[in-house]
Amino acid sequence: MVEPGAERVGTVAPFIRIEGVGKRFGSFRAVENVNLTIDRGEIFSLLGGSGCGKTTLLRMLAGFEMPTEGRIFIDGQDMAGIPAYERPVNMMFQSYALFPHMSVAKNVGYGLKHEPMTGPQRADRVREMLDLVQLGPYAERRPHQISGGQRQRVALARALARAPKLLLLDEPLAALDKKLREHTQFELMNIQEKTGVTFVVVTHDQEEAMILSSRVAVMDKGRIRQVGSPTEVYEYPASRFVADFIGQATFFDGVVRSVEGPVAGVEVGALGLEVQARAVPGLVAGQAVTMALRPEKIEIMRERPEGPNVVAGAVEDLGYFGNHSIYKVRLPGGEILSVLSANARRVGESGRVAVWEDSVWMRFDPAAVILLTE
Amino acid sequence: MPGSDLAPPSGPTDSPRQDGPREGPHEGPVARWFNRRGWSDLITGIPFFWLFFFFLIPFVIVVAMSFATRSPTSPPFSFGLDGGLLDFRSYARLFSDQLYIRALGISLWMAALSTVLCLLIGYPMALALTRLSPSVRTIMLMLVILPFWTSFLLRVYAWMGLMGTNSWFNRGLTALYNMVVPADWALRSIQMMNTNFAVVVVMVYSYLPFMVLPLYANLERLDMTLNEAAEDLGSRPWQVFRDVTLPLSIPGIIAGGLLVFIPVSGELVVPGLVGNPSNPMIGRVISDEFASARDWPMAATVAVALLVLLVGPMMAYSHFENRAQTRREEAP
Ligand SMILES: Nc1ncnc2c1ncn2[C@@H]1O[C@H](COP(=O)(O)OP(=O)(O)OP(=O)(O)O)[C@@H](O)[C@H]1O
Ligand SMILES: [Mg+2]
Repeated sequence: MVEPGAERVGTVAPFIRIEGVGKRFGSFRAVENVNLTIDRGEIFSLLGGSGCGKTTLLRMLAGFEMPTEGRIFIDGQDMAGIPAYERPVNMMFQSYALFPHMSVAKNVGYGLKHEPMTGPQRADRVREMLDLVQLGPYAERRPHQISGGQRQRVALARALARAPKLLLLDEPLAALDKKLREHTQFELMNIQEKTGVTFVVVTHDQEEAMILSSRVAVMDKGRIRQVGSPTEVYEYPASRFVADFIGQATFFDGVVRSVEGPVAGVEVGALGLEVQARAVPGLVAGQAVTMALRPEKIEIMRERPEGPNVVAGAVEDLGYFGNHSIYKVRLPGGEILSVLSANARRVGESGRVAVWEDSVWMRFDPAAVILLTE
Repeated sequence: MPGSDLAPPSGPTDSPRQDGPREGPHEGPVARWFNRRGWSDLITGIPFFWLFFFFLIPFVIVVAMSFATRSPTSPPFSFGLDGGLLDFRSYARLFSDQLYIRALGISLWMAALSTVLCLLIGYPMALALTRLSPSVRTIMLMLVILPFWTSFLLRVYAWMGLMGTNSWFNRGLTALYNMVVPADWALRSIQMMNTNFAVVVVMVYSYLPFMVLPLYANLERLDMTLNEAAEDLGSRPWQVFRDVTLPLSIPGIIAGGLLVFIPVSGELVVPGLVGNPSNPMIGRVISDEFASARDWPMAATVAVALLVLLVGPMMAYSHFENRAQTRREEAP
């Protein structure tokens, strides 16, 4: 932790500091004890299920809700008591909230009315913003005369026009179809790169969070469960909740039998074997742990392979997804294990490993096993 | 890529769907006709029917009557008495006799004043209603509507009592007035009854709900995130009101304004009870022409003049509004 006062000296003082922030509505705690730091120029995602408090946290940053506990600093300035219209923050609303009685250009220029600019400067800035989101020809239309994707870009241009230090985006892409969403994700990243503005993005789409962000905070019931880069939260989840929420995983209960250097032996009853796993710090023999296996980290084959961590099973169900297939394999103990296998060869030209009721073998690397002690 | 040149033999097979002609349950021809078009015809037909019989036909009768000649028959007018079929003398009198022009002027002026006052009082009320918690809001809306449950006349009489020279209300106002003005301007009582002031007070009181309710309906529908967006973009609360709430509530202002302006300009009862009899409003004039003077053509002429004055600006407004709308929509 940085000492108060020391942050002036350090060159990497966090841009946003959220200290013990909580928000109650009556007796209901929408956000609880959130501690976060976000650096300048990051794309930071708040990820979590519906109703977990993402929007509430974002609205506290924007100044529409006041925290009932804790403090928020933006660029070193305490935000307590500073109304939304004085914060160096702009928000892109989930519903876009475009002014229906103003043209696209007027919408984009609205925030500039409060800036010390001359009329031509303002017009230039509006044109620049419209070019940035490629909406130049639509300047004189009303919001109801453009498409949903175009509206979303107007909202983005409007929020960026005042060159805020911080841009808040509440589910910016939720209303778009899959193709347009993917396209816009990259557009957002480009725009972030060009403008250098710090983005805080709320989303409940984990893929979107993974693609967009430099770091992700996973939220549940008003609390932050884990903060880290997309790889960290995916490959090294800190809790069963995070492992389950981000990506897919099959969970097994086990007991640690031995810890020898980097390798731990974990007895897993459901698999009927002692799994070799990469040890996590603080692991001791006799400890109960949860083991998580991601479907794509498991190999599936017809012949019994060599090495540790080999299990037998029978294909219960399989799903064809084009580029890959998902096998649901029933283990001897009755549990179902999900296995993802890339369709490296064309299915239909005997490219499929197994079909229904085939008995198969599975193997996974000790380094791929996620051990959860929480 | 799956599904390129060679179709995968084990790919998902789509069985051709069985979409035969669907037979509904047995229906008679009337039921079939009704289901096909009856409802929509019936429902769009009702307002046409209503407008035709209760607006268009009476309106045509009134217009025709205004070109008739007064006669001692029953009904007291007839056509073609002096050669020509149409008699323009009523219209000539409308423009030559100061009485009619003056009454029209007073009526429109009073209606405009009452409408503006209703707007100034009603807008904050309607806005406050939308900001209340739902339970309190229901009670407040009830209070706005509650006066409708007592007789209109009773409420006007109550105002007459309040404004009379001997009421506690008048005495209190007089005392207040005497406190602020120099001693030699002091009054024994304020003359409120039988003045235009009394007419405006009672009109504003009576028609305020007609302003508040449409405004409330309009303001309540507005998306609060628009206000937040404006605030987020740097607008202070009053700027948010000026830039977002006010322009988006113009339809409510127009609706409320028309609901107050139109009935007030033709109002007969209130000016008759509390107004100045030597400054008759147009409602009084029409009523007198019909009832006392039995000059139905003149009464019809004044009614037509009032209608033209009220409807003309409205039609012009909606015409220009539509033109502006299409121009905006045709913009690239
Ligand atoms: N003004 C309010 N009054 C009372 N409760 C509220 C209020 N705003 C939010 N809540 C509650 O706080 C919780 C968190 O709400 P929030 O809008 O932050 O969720 P979210 O994470 O954005 O969910 P979603 O993904 O569905 O948008 C919810 O349970 C919600 O019901
Ligand atoms: Mg939300």
